[in-house]
Amino acid sequence: MSEIQKHFIQVVVENKFGVLSRVAGLFSARGFNIDSLSVAPGIDPTVSQMTIETQGDDHVVEQIVKQLNKLIDVIKVVDLSEFSFLCRETLLIRVNTARPGDREEAFRISEIFRARIVDSSPATYTIEVTGDTEKIEAILNFLKPLGIKEIIRSGKIAIAREEQHGGHRPSKHSIEGEYSHHR
Amino acid sequence: MKMSGAEMLLESLKREHVQHIFGYPGGVVLPIFDALFKDPSLQVVLTRHEQGAVHAAEGYARSTNKVGVVLVTSGPGATNTVTGLADANMDSIPLVVITGQVPTKMIGNDAFQEADIVGISRSCTKHNFLVRRIQDLPRIIKEAFYIARTGRPGPVLVDLPKDVIVDKGDFIYPDSVSIRSYNPTMQGNRWQIRKAAQAISKAKRPVIYAGGGIISSDATKELLDLVTLTNIPTTLTLMGLGALSGTHPRFMGMLGMHGTYAANMAIHHCDLLIAVGVRFDDRVTGKISEFSPHSKVIHIDIDPTSIRKNFHVDIPIVGDAKNILKDLIEEIKEINKPEPPSKDKLIDTWIEQVDEWEKEHPLTYEHDTDVIKPQYVIEKVYQFTQGDCIVSTDVGQHQMWTAQFFKFIKPNTWLTSGGLGTMGYGFPAAIGAQKAHPDKRVIAITGEGSFMMNIQELATVASLDIPVKIVILNNKYLGMVRQWQEFFYGGRYSSSFIGQSPDFVKLAEAFGIVGLKASRHDEVENVILDGFSRRGPVLMEFHVDPEENVFPMVPAGGSNIEMIFEAPEHRDDRKKRDSILTA
Ligand SMILES: Cc1ncc(C[n+]2csc(CCOP(=O)(O)OP(=O)(O)O)c2C)c(N)n1
Ligand SMILES: [Mg+2]
Repeated sequence: MSEIQKHFIQVVVENKFGVLSRVAGLFSARGFNIDSLSVAPGIDPTVSQMTIETQGDDHVVEQIVKQLNKLIDVIKVVDLSEFSFLCRETLLIRVNTARPGDREEAFRISEIFRARIVDSSPATYTIEVTGDTEKIEAILNFLKPLGIKEIIRSGKIAIAREEQHGGHRPSKHSIEGEYSHHR
Repeated sequence: MKMSGAEMLLESLKREHVQHIFGYPGGVVLPIFDALFKDPSLQVVLTRHEQGAVHAAEGYARSTNKVGVVLVTSGPGATNTVTGLADANMDSIPLVVITGQVPTKMIGNDAFQEADIVGISRSCTKHNFLVRRIQDLPRIIKEAFYIARTGRPGPVLVDLPKDVIVDKGDFIYPDSVSIRSYNPTMQGNRWQIRKAAQAISKAKRPVIYAGGGIISSDATKELLDLVTLTNIPTTLTLMGLGALSGTHPRFMGMLGMHGTYAANMAIHHCDLLIAVGVRFDDRVTGKISEFSPHSKVIHIDIDPTSIRKNFHVDIPIVGDAKNILKDLIEEIKEINKPEPPSKDKLIDTWIEQVDEWEKEHPLTYEHDTDVIKPQYVIEKVYQFTQGDCIVSTDVGQHQMWTAQFFKFIKPNTWLTSGGLGTMGYGFPAAIGAQKAHPDKRVIAITGEGSFMMNIQELATVASLDIPVKIVILNNKYLGMVRQWQEFFYGGRYSSSFIGQSPDFVKLAEAFGIVGLKASRHDEVENVILDGFSRRGPVLMEFHVDPEENVFPMVPAGGSNIEMIFEAPEHRDDRKKRDSILTA
């Protein structure tokens, strides 16, 4: 058995009523994990784009990809882990800035991480930051001493790097030739 | 001309060549039943429970390879279909189930007889639809039939809100279907097929393990051609019975938990496993790590998720079994061209070995004339019909004995609940099959436990004069449960004794059909002769040996070669019991 690894799966689905629950239901019914999920309409408004962060060994991920493909409303499934890819998430974080020097400190940290202060009240700043998981974890660590009031974290979104897209790397989720043609 | 949603539905069904609808009326679907009343070209089979309607549609579908159609009302009508949907989903039976729904504006308000059937049925249908606008109705019906019968078949549910049923609109029925996200792979990859043919030509101990997929894809001729060409010993799953004639010399019988000794031994010792239209179910494989341990594996299936779900595969081929077997046969012939006869010799000793296993432990039971042995009744029914009939069963010991002792000659003549194991399936399934085949003999073999689960359908056969013959093997127990309790739970028959069954003969008469009973061995033949020569529906009850067991048996979770042929000696045999409890 291969080891358990993190996978990012891009799913293009029909932008129809109930599709999200079909996808989510599939994961729960078959005991697959969803670590994060993000959904939004595509440029073509008849489709939706999902990025699902999941984990499993090769066998489990093969089943996830195949089971997703089997759903009638799913148009395309790509396991990004087969490519080199970029992953981003967004954090909205509200920190205390009541003590003297807090505002300056929050401002300094935001500069370092190229975060933006998007809202302020007499006692708080709300900071928006986008980045990969490492960056998000890092800014969180820096901001913690100020005292965190609230955190809202988006699901992750991911995209394959340009030169690799449509490349010739065969999917490791099906032995070559399992299908007569690729979907 | 404008048509109502109800009229559009019926017109769409006719375009799909539907003749029979299994159903039950209620509030929101009354406009549809009203339209049906005015249009006699669609025949409604009124069952006495919605579960019965779905199983009847399953029997109709399995015996014809056509799509079975069900029509029920919202709320409880819809929820009563769930067991049937799950059953059809497991066994890949094509159905279109139409449920009424409260008006779109009231959805979500806990309206009278509202149930979120699209949500409820999501995980037990191949797909489902909620029709929100009347102009979508014809297209959705077209897609529902297409999805139900293509690829790996399955049930599709269409939820029709009351306002859509009564709205009016223009009827435009699409000529064809194109769903961009749904394109089942039909043709197998030629290279893979060539590799499979080469493996087959080189194998010394090959086995074919075929299942329900052969029947769904109408590939029995191709399977027979392959067996004829290669002479490879063949076993069938419970769902596959009839895919190769039960009388064929290379047929080893069913495999798995209650499979034959020869089939399980052959699978264990083979060097090449040719799996076609099967999904390596746990009742087939037993302990998966010890299943067919020495073989190279070819797996042909239309559902990519079946491949490597439970078992490793060396040569996977996704596609329609009929197409792939055709291509495979061609490839084998191509390889054999230079020197054809040597092939047979290669596996001669293997065939002899299989024959030996068959002689070593044939399917058998202790003949006894003091009691009625259930297997004896099944043998007599087989002898009387010569297999020229459609047989359905319920779930339990009687199901396994029928699978073992009845010889299925043709496909689509064996109706049973395999994947879900649904007690209550058999009798309504027989009703559906009889509707599709009015001139054929249709027999429901059942147990006194299972029969009670859809016994209300006696009223259906009586009122519509559906000449199904019912054979009840009454052993006074939930026999399969009792057998496990005898073997693995120290003989503690907790809640499995159901001696207090009604008098089935009187009950049959109360429903208005003929009831016959045999309590002694020497009455069996007469009851069969009498019952089967009558024209209408007949119930035949046989009081059989209460503690008869199904053998061979692979204890759950055990390896398939650890078959037992008699009850375990020590009822508190720890090891066996532990293995069963953790299975
Ligand atoms: C709906 C349902 N409930 C429970 C079971 C579990 N179960 C499997 S076999 C069986 C006993 C069936 O008894 P009967 O119909 O009399 O058949 P027999 O085994 O005695 O031949 C039971 C309870 C089931 N398969 N289906
Ligand atoms: Mg019984």
